[in-house]
Amino acid sequence: MFLKHLAAFNFKSYSQVDINLHSKLNCFVGDNGQGKTNLLDIIYYLSICKSAFNPTDTQNIKHSEDFFILQGKYERDDKEENIFCAVKQSEGKVFKRNGKEYPRLADHVGLLPVVIISPADLSLIIEGSEERRKYVNSVIAQFDRLYLEELIRYNRILAQRNKLLKDIADRGNYSEDLFEVLDSQLATMGETIYHKRKDFVDKLIPIFQKYYTAISGKDEKVELVYQSHLDGDDYIKLLMNSFSKDRMLQFTSVGIHKDDLTLMLNDHPIKKEGSQGQQKTYLIALKLAQFEFMQNISKVKPILLLDDIFDKLDVGRVENFIKLVSDESFGQIFITDTNKSRLNEIFEKLHSGYKLFKVDSGLIEEIVGKD
Amino acid sequence: MNNQIYPSKLLENAVEEFAKLPGIGRKTSLRLVLHLLRQSEVDVDRFSETMIKLRHEVKHCKICNNISDTDVCTICSNPRRDSSLLCVVENIKDVMSIENTHQYNGLYFVLGGVISPMDGIGPADLKIDQLINKIAEGNVREVIMALSATMEGDTTNFFIYKKLKQQPISISAIARGVAFGDELEYTDEVTLGRAIINRVKFEATLAD
Ligand SMILES: [Zn+2]
Repeated sequence: MFLKHLAAFNFKSYSQVDINLHSKLNCFVGDNGQGKTNLLDIIYYLSICKSAFNPTDTQNIKHSEDFFILQGKYERDDKEENIFCAVKQSEGKVFKRNGKEYPRLADHVGLLPVVIISPADLSLIIEGSEERRKYVNSVIAQFDRLYLEELIRYNRILAQRNKLLKDIADRGNYSEDLFEVLDSQLATMGETIYHKRKDFVDKLIPIFQKYYTAISGKDEKVELVYQSHLDGDDYIKLLMNSFSKDRMLQFTSVGIHKDDLTLMLNDHPIKKEGSQGQQKTYLIALKLAQFEFMQNISKVKPILLLDDIFDKLDVGRVENFIKLVSDESFGQIFITDTNKSRLNEIFEKLHSGYKLFKVDSGLIEEIVGKD
Repeated sequence: MNNQIYPSKLLENAVEEFAKLPGIGRKTSLRLVLHLLRQSEVDVDRFSETMIKLRHEVKHCKICNNISDTDVCTICSNPRRDSSLLCVVENIKDVMSIENTHQYNGLYFVLGGVISPMDGIGPADLKIDQLINKIAEGNVREVIMALSATMEGDTTNFFIYKKLKQQPISISAIARGVAFGDELEYTDEVTLGRAIINRVKFEATLAD
């Protein structure tokens, strides 16, 4: 699967994008702030139905315009797939596959799997548990079509239950029966989500460890620990036991919406113990493990987006890294960099085809094209 | 159009009133009012009287809460309908949708909505107690839950199921796919008709 042609109007810094792409290696070079990352974001958007960086759709519309359009022409299973996305200031988001609108966005997510490695990944280490839940959700949603819907349903019931807890504080009386019903609904959906998350992390760990060792070249112990209130506990009981506490807090304090994924290095959370280099290696290994995991499931090689990879690694390591990802087991790759000659040199050594684009104040020009 | 200057205060008032209706903007409202002005006085009188009569005289059936001209609606008072079957719906539009399928010959019960604390609707805001009392009278053999396939619809289904499960009745739900967010109103007649015929016994997955 690969992206052949990309067109866009009014997306972030771009008035217009219209480029033909290489089936394997593509590179966008230019100074910072010229819009290289936004190009990767367009590709991400076309796969995931949202921006990798700004979750508010309309904030991705070019300043003072009232819509953006993205169009990607892909080749998948020897067939052409045309994906169309439009976001209008007042009318929300439309996604079309080959001219036909999706009734639900969740139906599209997973068709064109994508993995992004960017400096923003650091939030997985330094930010709170919500970032890691979002990450786990976004990966599972790409191969499990029901997952997003289950999550939406869970969150809906959770919001109803939290509203009810607030109402009690205001009014005093409440319907015990209604809580029992909401708890059962939360438990049913929460348990499904719990098992899917646990299963995903269990399968990801060995792949992750393999990549970490390969990139670091060191014998360090890494582990992903999925933590949930549900570990060994019954959901209904959990909710019942925390009911008086929840009443006081006026929200539901237990459940899968509090899950976390602790990233461990040598038996300590990497957040506290890891050096910058270790953290960067850790995140790249995690993303490559995600790539392999998704490929194992979907039998499709995801598109790999590498944003500002030199920020993470020195030139020597980048060269090794690009060699690694440009071999047969990886698919189409997009790389951004500030330094044109640096990447070009690496690419020339690879003896495979690639395209290099110069990005300058929103204008994109193909400067090297080699089949 | 907000600062539109009207040549007559009467005209402006009428436009204001129409613009309060759902889906009617000021432009459309003005068009409707000007249209009425071109009609004969008799026609406009009839129009107004119909609205006044509707608002003052329309009743809600005391048995099922459906809209009715009489204390008991034409469905509840029809001896040819099967009074042992009771279909629970959210609103009057749902009754009309199901009636249009011509596949159902039982009676209805209009709940008045679904449980949704976020919208300020709790069990006490719906006609749930009236429903329980009606079932307790003992004439109903089967209750068919036909609420929308939303989480709130599910919550309401389960809530009612909890209240009714001790009764010697069968409880079923109409067989719709897991079309998340589907409302009866938007389901076509054939599909809806089939769903009522193929209703399935309500399996409460709830822990008791
Ligand atoms: Zn009636």
